[in-house]
Amino acid sequence: METKLNVQGLEGIVENVTEATGADAIDGVQPQVVVEPETAEQVAEILKFARSEGVSVATRGGGTKQGWGNIPAAAEIVLSTERMNGIIEHEPGDQVVRVQAGAKFSYVQQSLFRANQMIALDPSSKLKEATVGGVVATNDSGPRRYKYNTTRDLIIGAKVVLADGTIAKSGGKVVKNVAGYDLGKLFTGSLGTLGVIVEANFRLHPLPEAARTVAVEVETPQQAKAAMMALWHSQVEASAIELHWGAEKKLVSALLESIPEGVEAKEEQAHVMLKSIGEVRSLNDEEYDELGPYPRPDGSGGEVVVKAALPPAELDGLIEVLTNATDRRGITANLRGHAATGIIFSGFSGNDEDALVEAVEEAREIIVRRGGSLVVREAPASFKRRVDAWGPAGDYMELTKRVKEKFDAAGTLNPGRFLGGI
Amino acid sequence: MEREKLIKAMEGILGERGVIHEREQLRTYECDGLMNYRVIPDLVVLPESAEDVQRIVRICHEEGIPFVARGSGTGLSGGALPVESGLLIVMSRMRRIIEVDLENMRMVVEPGVINLHVSNEVAHENYYYAPDPASQSVSSIGGNLAENSGGVHCLKYGFTTNHVMAAEIVLADGEIVNVGGGKANDAPGYELLGAFVGSEGTLGIATKVTLKLMKKPESVRTLLAAFGDLEEAGEAVSGIIGAGIVPAAIEMMDSQTVAAVEKTVKPGFPQAEAILIVELDGPQAEVDSQFQRVYDVCETAKASEIRIAESDEQRALFWKGRKAAFAAMGSVANDYYVQDSVVPRTELSKVLKRIGELSEEHGLQVANVFHAGDGNLHPLVLYNNENEGEGERAEALAGDIVFACLEHGGSLTGEHGIGLDKKKYMPKMFTEDDMNTMQLLRCAFDPHHLCNPGKVFPTPRLCGERPGPWKMHPIQKAGLAEMF
Repeated sequence: METKLNVQGLEGIVENVTEATGADAIDGVQPQVVVEPETAEQVAEILKFARSEGVSVATRGGGTKQGWGNIPAAAEIVLSTERMNGIIEHEPGDQVVRVQAGAKFSYVQQSLFRANQMIALDPSSKLKEATVGGVVATNDSGPRRYKYNTTRDLIIGAKVVLADGTIAKSGGKVVKNVAGYDLGKLFTGSLGTLGVIVEANFRLHPLPEAARTVAVEVETPQQAKAAMMALWHSQVEASAIELHWGAEKKLVSALLESIPEGVEAKEEQAHVMLKSIGEVRSLNDEEYDELGPYPRPDGSGGEVVVKAALPPAELDGLIEVLTNATDRRGITANLRGHAATGIIFSGFSGNDEDALVEAVEEAREIIVRRGGSLVVREAPASFKRRVDAWGPAGDYMELTKRVKEKFDAAGTLNPGRFLGGI
Repeated sequence: MEREKLIKAMEGILGERGVIHEREQLRTYECDGLMNYRVIPDLVVLPESAEDVQRIVRICHEEGIPFVARGSGTGLSGGALPVESGLLIVMSRMRRIIEVDLENMRMVVEPGVINLHVSNEVAHENYYYAPDPASQSVSSIGGNLAENSGGVHCLKYGFTTNHVMAAEIVLADGEIVNVGGGKANDAPGYELLGAFVGSEGTLGIATKVTLKLMKKPESVRTLLAAFGDLEEAGEAVSGIIGAGIVPAAIEMMDSQTVAAVEKTVKPGFPQAEAILIVELDGPQAEVDSQFQRVYDVCETAKASEIRIAESDEQRALFWKGRKAAFAAMGSVANDYYVQDSVVPRTELSKVLKRIGELSEEHGLQVANVFHAGDGNLHPLVLYNNENEGEGERAEALAGDIVFACLEHGGSLTGEHGIGLDKKKYMPKMFTEDDMNTMQLLRCAFDPHHLCNPGKVFPTPRLCGERPGPWKMHPIQKAGLAEMF
């Protein structure tokens, strides 16, 4: 059903209202307008307007993860956070930063680097356009989550606008804080379905003085597990333990960060620890970057990208499930993952969509049965019409629906895209 | 439901030994670690399984009986204070370690398990559970979860919320849900676990908890530095952080605290205006080198004395002195009130100065012992309740300290929670919209406000109320009560 959107009504709220183009479509769903509010108050007015008009709002940061989740049920208005892009407060001595949601994550990091600090998150380096709000809304993370955990662990405060226009904050700008409910965490990973995140506060970590990657070549899933377990259960304190699993190269790598003398000692320990498994090499940053085709698959090649999780010690099983499901069907699958976290990303490419669907469903069935999950991260819309992006939820689905109902009863925000079709 | 019928119903679930109804016995449970509030619960029940909890809560749900879950009762904000005409569900009989999975560095425990027992269970294999509240030898995992407990080592390792992987929760209607990923990370869906941890028992009762274990660090080194004033000690803290070092702990004590500690546990601390304990842990080479830097920073900040713990015994003595600080205050004051505010670290010296002024204004002494690394203050307001009006003055002073912290960008509480004690201050930190938004979560979990009601929020909106502008509470409107 075509909804005739009252564009003039929107123009009364916010200056930047433009007609949406094909590039704004989300999984083939064509929005009508793109609005670019500059303040939380404008966001509130837009949401109130959308609710009263009965139209849906999809929030967008840099648009790098617009493909995540299911196909939207509707998305008349794209609310772009692009114009809310400032660093509001950064006091290096407090190791805390407060930023607007539309600020580019890479820009914020670069600014923090100047004070020898960082938000200890490293979502795929390909996502240059990713915004802070987008990183929070998707709970995105990267290899360093092994040491520093994920967005939900590093966010210490948030300002959000609810579907009814309420502007609310939780948390604050101190690292240690237990006052009130931690809504910053609740909103992390909620994919814009509970409200619009307009500001986020993070705790910061010092930028490591030195870093090196040590990698061991492996041949079998069991060797990959052995290498990961040796590193994980050691006292080396790696910052990341990664798996790279392609046709040409199979490696387990450890990112070692510290002061120079610390890195040197860690490097030596890692070499000793891994040499019985396979050939061990130390890589500098450039060599590491050239490990390709191993950056986390992002779907830019049109492939189906999945994120699979099992208990970390089942790494070998996880590799086997994913490779079995694909090999047999002639699907090429490169695996890259956070080995010691038990998470693997895999880009499945092959021309036959039926085979892709079967492969994902087979792998999901086994992984879920073993207590894990398999989420489809990126996929063509035709694939998403056949396979649910999230897979089955546990016994928390009913509670999940109640949370959504309380925060967005009218279903204005990103309807259909999240778990269970909410 | 009549009390007698309720007793029978509970005995039907738990047997006679699982129900406490004699008034004298009930008094044991009239307060938690915050003893200035006392409420005798109507009934105390002691479940032994998640199914017990579920059946108890179902009856509460059907009958509209409010309930409060309690672990060891060490909380310092009245979070586990019973509610009148309500049920107190004591979790201490649920203390089984269900599964130790060293391969995955996880442990599944019941909520009544004592924090320290988790680490003890795996110590022989060189693993431990990182969150270490000062009460760790008595406080339970369930309570730690409810309060999102910290500890001296959370500067480097984070809080309970960063170490809980999953939880089984009994909701207020008796439904059991599992939140978090379990042994696997990243289950799809909302961060329900993140919202639950630290919700002070108002969103449900955890009946099973999956904890993350860690490998013990290769090396630990600790030093104690004495300073001529708090400001110099503060400079040392800034210097350490500024050097990009993340110590496992940085703790500060003022001269009054040191004096009290010397009277009781006698760790042999130097008499100084301020004492800093800094601990580093991690790989040996890293720790050795950074330890030297910390030493140099302390020297530059004009430390009058620096002692290095040369043995595990000596390190234990340093920590004994620090961890005994609260208890030691009993030797210098009849009563004391523990504050738990937080300020951004760069505001520490200003706020400490302000606390000194407030102490003079109110004519009461304040001793300071705190987690300097993360700005979490624990000013101890010393008073004597036998002196007319001194208790009230102490509370007023404690309140002024809270306001001073908020003015400097801080928070009401760093680790003890809001509970009953600080709910009146919540509107000083959060707007009505902020709190109403938090209430939406409450309404999703516990629509009838049966789960630990009356805690955290001053006047919660009822879940049936339509969202809209905040309305003044009728009692407040009638001028009968003032909302802080």
